[in-house]
Amino acid sequence: MTRKQRRLTLIGVAGCILAIALGLVLYAMNDTIVFFNSPADVQAKNVQPGTRFRLGGLVKEGSVQRGDNQQVAFEIMDGQGSIRVNYTGMLPDLFREGQGVIAEGALEHSGVFRADSVLAKHDENYMPREVADTLRRQGLWQGDSKASQQTQ
Amino acid sequence: MLVEAGHFALALALGLSLIQFLVPLWGARTNDPVLMSVGPSTALAVLACLAFAFLALTVAYVTSDFSVLNVVENSHSAKPLIYKISGVWGNHEGSMLLWVLILALFGAVVALAKSSVPVRLQANTLAVQAAITIAFLLFILMTSNPFVRVVPAPVEGQDLNPLLQDLGLAIHPPLLYIGYVGFSISFAFACAALIDGRIDAVWARIVRPWTLGAWAFLTLGIAMGSYWAYYELGWGGWWFWDPVENASLMPWLAGTALLHSTVVMEKRDALKVWTILLAILTFSLSLLGTFLVRSGVLTSVHSFAVDPERGSFILGILTIFIGGSLALFAWRAPLLKQGGIFAPVSREGALVLNNLFIATACATVFIGTLYPLALEVLTGDKISVGAPFFNFTFLPLVIPLLMLLPFGQTLAWKRGNFLGTAQRLYAVFGVVIVATLVMLAFTAGGPVGAPLGIGLGAFLVLGSLNEIVTRSWSRGSPLSVTWRKARNLPRSAWGTALAHAGVGVTVIGIAATAWDLEGMDTLKIGDRISAGPYTVRLERVVPRQEANFREDVVTLRVFRNGNEIGMVDTMKRLYVTRGMPTTEAGIVTIGLSQIYASVGEVRPDGSIGLTLYYKPLVLLIWLGAVVMAAGGALSLTDRRLRIAAPAPARSIPVASVPAE
Repeated sequence: MTRKQRRLTLIGVAGCILAIALGLVLYAMNDTIVFFNSPADVQAKNVQPGTRFRLGGLVKEGSVQRGDNQQVAFEIMDGQGSIRVNYTGMLPDLFREGQGVIAEGALEHSGVFRADSVLAKHDENYMPREVADTLRRQGLWQGDSKASQQTQ
Repeated sequence: MLVEAGHFALALALGLSLIQFLVPLWGARTNDPVLMSVGPSTALAVLACLAFAFLALTVAYVTSDFSVLNVVENSHSAKPLIYKISGVWGNHEGSMLLWVLILALFGAVVALAKSSVPVRLQANTLAVQAAITIAFLLFILMTSNPFVRVVPAPVEGQDLNPLLQDLGLAIHPPLLYIGYVGFSISFAFACAALIDGRIDAVWARIVRPWTLGAWAFLTLGIAMGSYWAYYELGWGGWWFWDPVENASLMPWLAGTALLHSTVVMEKRDALKVWTILLAILTFSLSLLGTFLVRSGVLTSVHSFAVDPERGSFILGILTIFIGGSLALFAWRAPLLKQGGIFAPVSREGALVLNNLFIATACATVFIGTLYPLALEVLTGDKISVGAPFFNFTFLPLVIPLLMLLPFGQTLAWKRGNFLGTAQRLYAVFGVVIVATLVMLAFTAGGPVGAPLGIGLGAFLVLGSLNEIVTRSWSRGSPLSVTWRKARNLPRSAWGTALAHAGVGVTVIGIAATAWDLEGMDTLKIGDRISAGPYTVRLERVVPRQEANFREDVVTLRVFRNGNEIGMVDTMKRLYVTRGMPTTEAGIVTIGLSQIYASVGEVRPDGSIGLTLYYKPLVLLIWLGAVVMAAGGALSLTDRRLRIAAPAPARSIPVASVPAE
């Protein structure tokens, strides 16, 4: 084989692998990514039942109800509304009423959000960034001032 | 006083780094040996200053000096001593100090390697190294100074985040940082070679041990972090495809590719430009990882509170170094001469294929990690790219690579014979196929992925073993000869086989997760819950008070098929100072498998929520990483011998070096 042929082989193989990877990425982008919505976004965008997304906001005070077999129901709220969430399983340690939280799952036809995972953070001062942005937009954010007081 | 001295030492280190940056660079340009020799001495002085600063901070932590803000925010007088020490790097400021300390440590080792590194290369390398040190020292001094005092000093500190009060996380950051920062040496050598416009096999021989060492530490660091997340977060997961995890996986992948391409460069003087580019990219990804973790621009389950100002500073550093080095690459790389040629079917060809696969896989992780960020900037839409994306894109690229690995490892240099290679592997291949079919038959109805994955892992392990056997055993030769031959194989050959076998072990562990079982229920005293053949019975729930936390200890009795095999405790803790709850999983290790119990909530009526997992062969995931790192270390012992005797080794023609 000449040098040129070798180079063409290399470029061919590299092109194939890249094309496969690109195909996989584009296909997966359509199928596997999920959007983040606050309760207000859910109303505004009219999200259809069955569409997977991440619902983020604050856990409404007094809304957490625990049932048998680790079933739990609570409401996620922002400045404009709240959505009821059903979840079965272990809640993160930092899940608390009044705290920021993100739940992933889909709406049911009844309008209840069925979550299959619930995320909170490793740090008790920390608010999930998307939730913080939403609250900031709605003028409910107090986190920065609290944090800066603590460090002084 | 010591704290002010530490602060001063940081500033002094900055000044010395400036000298270490400018003078050797100028010396290398003007070919002035005196100016070039300034590099090594300043590098040692920088190390001394930073070691002193680090020590000063450590002393402040150990003596609980609450006049230092950093200590107040991250320590508590009732904390055990070990976590007072690990608290030094368990926070942003301290961890950045550890980062530059390791950077300086590596710089000093380059400075001491006088005999093996050409003087000009060393001078340029130390200058590049100093540039990185300057950037990070500026970052520490301007945005994250650990030595800031607080007046009046509080009586008690706010304690370290409880999740970090753990032995695993005490050693995870140093391991990870040695890996990240170790790649800065490959980066500095690559930039030095570009500045000089010259590069050859000697360069690869010098750089390879550094890459190998950094890679081994990064492997251990990632495995440690993964095991920590597994037992500390209480969800039983070991890898979440979370941005922070991806941030460490990307440099690991690029570093793995770099490791393999430097082999080609060292043996065959080929792939020079690509190797240089990889060295730059690997460290760039390390910097990117630091940025992602430290700036908090991405939503991660591992996020801690962050400060946006720091994010923009690190972004600046990122832009300067990645942009600068890539510009240098674009400008100088055409000067580098093309090296040796090889047939597509050859060891070199296999290593090129390895690089293609790994680089592409790394690119998919990169896209998945940063796409949400790009989309949010461009359209304002917030999305999350999770495990399904990565499983769908990453696995199809990695599985073929792993299937080809044993073949590539067996191919000859320069021109190989695929059929001959396949013949050397046919016994292994046959055994693996039969074993996989038997496993499939026995587990019919269960997940298909597990037997297939275990078959793949076994192929990797046996293929590596086969490589050692075929190189030391021939038909009819007595065992003693075989043994001697095997022992006389270069250590790097053993290291390669061991590392590849480690990959196989990890693959087996990952595949077996398809057999995981779990049970979940709310239990009262005496109630049982099962996962597979294992059952636990709730014995008692007892509150307990410790120095800096209080906890409910849930004691479980464990049964296998009805026979008792022991007791295990799982705890729900509340760290008093921060009011932060954590879960301590109860883990029973049975051989390589584990039973994992995690308590959800403890109710006022005494009943508890409990999740029980049965995880067969789960330990292999991390054990494999340890084997990989051990392979790297073994290979490194071989390198050092060669590095120590550079003159005769270089005069030997490349072809006579035994193939690995």
